[in-house]
Amino acid sequence: MTAISDRRQLAYIAAQAADARVNIELEAEGMTLNIGPQHPATHGTLRIVARLDGEQVVEANPIMGYMHRGYEKLAEVRTYPQVTALINRIDWLGSFANEVPFILASEQLMGIEAPERAQHIRTILFEMARIANVTLFLGDMGVQLGAVTPIFYAFRDREHILNQIESATGGRFHPNFDRIGGLKDDLPAGWIDETKRSLKEIRKFCDQMEDLIIGNEIFQARTRNIGVIPADIALSYGMSGANLRASGVDWDLRRDSPVGLAYDKVDWKVWTHTDGDSFARYWVRLQETRESCKIVEQLLDTIPSGPIMAKVPRIIKVPAGEAFIETENPLGVMGYYVVSQGGLEPFRVKIRSASFSNMSISPWLLKGAYVPDVITILASLYFILGDIDR
Amino acid sequence: MMLAWIWSDWPWTLDTVVRLIFAIVVVLLPAGVTVYLYLFKMVSFMQSRLGPMEAGPYGSMQLLAEVGKNLQKEDIFPAKADRTIFALAPYVVLMSTFLLAVVIPFGPQATFVNLDTGVFFALAVSSVSVVGVIMAGWASASKYSLLGGLRAAGQLIAYELPLILAVVGVVIQAGTLNLQGIVTAQTQGEIFGFGGLGHPFILTQFIGFFIFLVAVQAELTQVPFDMPIAESELVSGYMTEYSGFRFLMFFIAEFATANIFAFLGATLFLGGWQVPPFVHDLLGVDANWQYFNLIGPGVMLFKMLVLTFVVYWVRFTFPRFREDQLQKFAWKFLIPLSLVNIAITGVLKVAFS
Amino acid sequence: MADATETEEPVVVDEARSALLEAITADLGDALVGSHLLPGKDLWIRVSSESWGSTASYLRSKQQFRFFNFLSAIDWLPSPFGRSHGSSVDVALGNEDEAEVETTLGSGYAGGETRFQVLARVHSLTTNMGITVKADFPEDSLSVGTWINDYPGANWHEREAAEMFGVHFAGHPNLTALYLPSAFEGHPLRKDFPLLSRMVKPWPGIVDVEAMPEIEQSATADSSASTENPES
Repeated sequence: MTAISDRRQLAYIAAQAADARVNIELEAEGMTLNIGPQHPATHGTLRIVARLDGEQVVEANPIMGYMHRGYEKLAEVRTYPQVTALINRIDWLGSFANEVPFILASEQLMGIEAPERAQHIRTILFEMARIANVTLFLGDMGVQLGAVTPIFYAFRDREHILNQIESATGGRFHPNFDRIGGLKDDLPAGWIDETKRSLKEIRKFCDQMEDLIIGNEIFQARTRNIGVIPADIALSYGMSGANLRASGVDWDLRRDSPVGLAYDKVDWKVWTHTDGDSFARYWVRLQETRESCKIVEQLLDTIPSGPIMAKVPRIIKVPAGEAFIETENPLGVMGYYVVSQGGLEPFRVKIRSASFSNMSISPWLLKGAYVPDVITILASLYFILGDIDR
Repeated sequence: MMLAWIWSDWPWTLDTVVRLIFAIVVVLLPAGVTVYLYLFKMVSFMQSRLGPMEAGPYGSMQLLAEVGKNLQKEDIFPAKADRTIFALAPYVVLMSTFLLAVVIPFGPQATFVNLDTGVFFALAVSSVSVVGVIMAGWASASKYSLLGGLRAAGQLIAYELPLILAVVGVVIQAGTLNLQGIVTAQTQGEIFGFGGLGHPFILTQFIGFFIFLVAVQAELTQVPFDMPIAESELVSGYMTEYSGFRFLMFFIAEFATANIFAFLGATLFLGGWQVPPFVHDLLGVDANWQYFNLIGPGVMLFKMLVLTFVVYWVRFTFPRFREDQLQKFAWKFLIPLSLVNIAITGVLKVAFS
Repeated sequence: MADATETEEPVVVDEARSALLEAITADLGDALVGSHLLPGKDLWIRVSSESWGSTASYLRSKQQFRFFNFLSAIDWLPSPFGRSHGSSVDVALGNEDEAEVETTLGSGYAGGETRFQVLARVHSLTTNMGITVKADFPEDSLSVGTWINDYPGANWHEREAAEMFGVHFAGHPNLTALYLPSAFEGHPLRKDFPLLSRMVKPWPGIVDVEAMPEIEQSATADSSASTENPES
């Protein structure tokens, strides 16, 4: 039964059957195009099985799980401080932002609050994670549409932010810096001026992208009226973040429930766009990057003095209870539903990640699109595989 | 052919061999130069990076390393590919490039073939590559390749027309289809009685020149017309399944064709191998001075580099059109515009002559 | 369980959420079997298993909860493998009671009677309030109604919950595996599904807890971890 020849034969029969199935589909209902799991447009290992009629998509069916790491199960056998090392890897481009909602949920369960200075620095790093994340999107959207150059500018200027994150936290991509009750360390000397300089670079980058991409007529022709999502459908699919605001929904958790973060202390604006198409999503993200620069610049000037760590027991035991905290992460609303039964480790952690919900609209959205528009839509929805698969 | 001109009593076999060697040099050497200069270095500086730096001084040997790498690679045939056609396709594409190079004049006598219908021949053989692309797309037995091949077929045929129509204006002005004759016409022409610069047709045929550049960009399947390749959706279009030496042939064909089209554009619009006529007076020579057979290729190389620069500049700046958009652009904008250009050229030609 | 977490200011009165809870209580009637309110923070309700599906349309159309946040499930069975940190080091830190295996079925806010619970969260943009809805899975069928007719975004969430917990959502058109390969056996997020790497190599204990800056100065001067009271 388990002889190699048998297994090979089995694999051969399976391959034949799969071919036969595909060929039948090819004859009966147009062509089946398998986009991914290894494909330049899928940022990793997303797979989309699209049935085509000519170049038009009749039905698109995303298949994921190629990168499922089971963080919800793994979190159940780790102590609360250890969980943050895991959840850093969910949205790997804006890692610090992943830690914050979990830490806030744990703090709510324990009934403690981080000192004001820690909250300030948290907000700064949170926004810098957003900048590092969205900067790459701003360049990547160009690559997906065929303009190769913007991504190199994005990598170049994101480096300024990553350097600052590194010098403050010690990690370029995975800071693991947030602690229950505060932060691991204080900011290093000279960091504030350095950061202000790097923000200037990001602002320059935003202007550049506005000229290079938004002002480009081909880009507009490729993205306007492509992948239009009405506000109500976006909400019922659980879309969030810039995708939702591009559909005209004026909802931003940073403004509407700034729990544990210092967003209410600065002057900033929530950008929305009424079109709901791919162009609107790009435009909103660009404006938000500028807004993030504004937020960080203001916060840098007003960091209060004081401790960065609240009084927290050395061994963190979280009282029994349940808490759900969501924050406005770079990709959208990210939340952790933490259930504690009074132990060292959480009883259950449900990770509500933004890309998972954002992508769940794709079968609806891709229906009827052309193959080039599939790429445009996927790029404009901006998912990160780690955020879908967790 | 300059050497053939010097020793014109060679037997025809030797003459043919020399011509073949020079054809290979004319196709490959500028391709190597532009790939290193533009694809590796200029683009890198545009994208604020260094590009290859390790192989040779400033990475100048990088191309050799790439060629060596590709030659070592396994020549993979997909399981269900039509092996004969799959193997032949790159040769067909490369053949189109060489055929195109045949009619380009590089000096008063330095031509491979001096056809009376040179323009016609060049435009005819440039579409041979479509056959190769469709062969590659179909024989690969891959859906991405198939989509890429079909897109390429539609696009190359659509842009063949504006390419031809753009050149018609030049032909009307020069009054000949012979490329050498077009070069002579540009040298002997005058602008409002001033003949010091000759009359490069870019000055009067700027609309034709613009359409020619756009159509060439599309014929080369370069951004913004690279839907057939579209690496973010079709992986690499009709080239997806190719590896090793056959991929290298596609690669060479792509960049060599860019150069040959730039040579053609230089001949049609920028005065070809001729230097501006005031240089003739300066040197005290006539337009067919024999040493122009040696200077001419250098002049052509310079003009070609200028035109190729534009090709690469555009390539790395714009996003790409969608298939239907680029068809619309060809049929609804470029072709009417070139027809108008032809009409105006014809009317003015009659009015001024 | 309900009063386990004290808010810092117990006097906080959350009028908006109280009013919302009253309205829901009045509308749902018998279908509402439990609720929990953390003033100023959050609201939980629990509905009966049968009314799970209709709760979605009620919340969406009547209470303007337009935003679908997430849907998942909880397995309340205590892990039959004991707490993972019940190692010798932790026992030395004063956690002797954690080492033994619990057997009683837990339940969270708003109560619960069965082992599996489904929970979902929706958000209202008009009032900017979220609400977590729970329902018990019946022990025999492990099946509740689907939400995808009201919130199409629940599609993938229900598929994930179904494969991870082995539960069923009646009316879901395509309840196939979302993440796991089709030949995968078992339901990974059930508490009795062993995490094999932990079985093969037990947890070494909390060896990498670093001293917090504040405590470092005061408490850990004697550098003896075992003398420290974790509940300080």
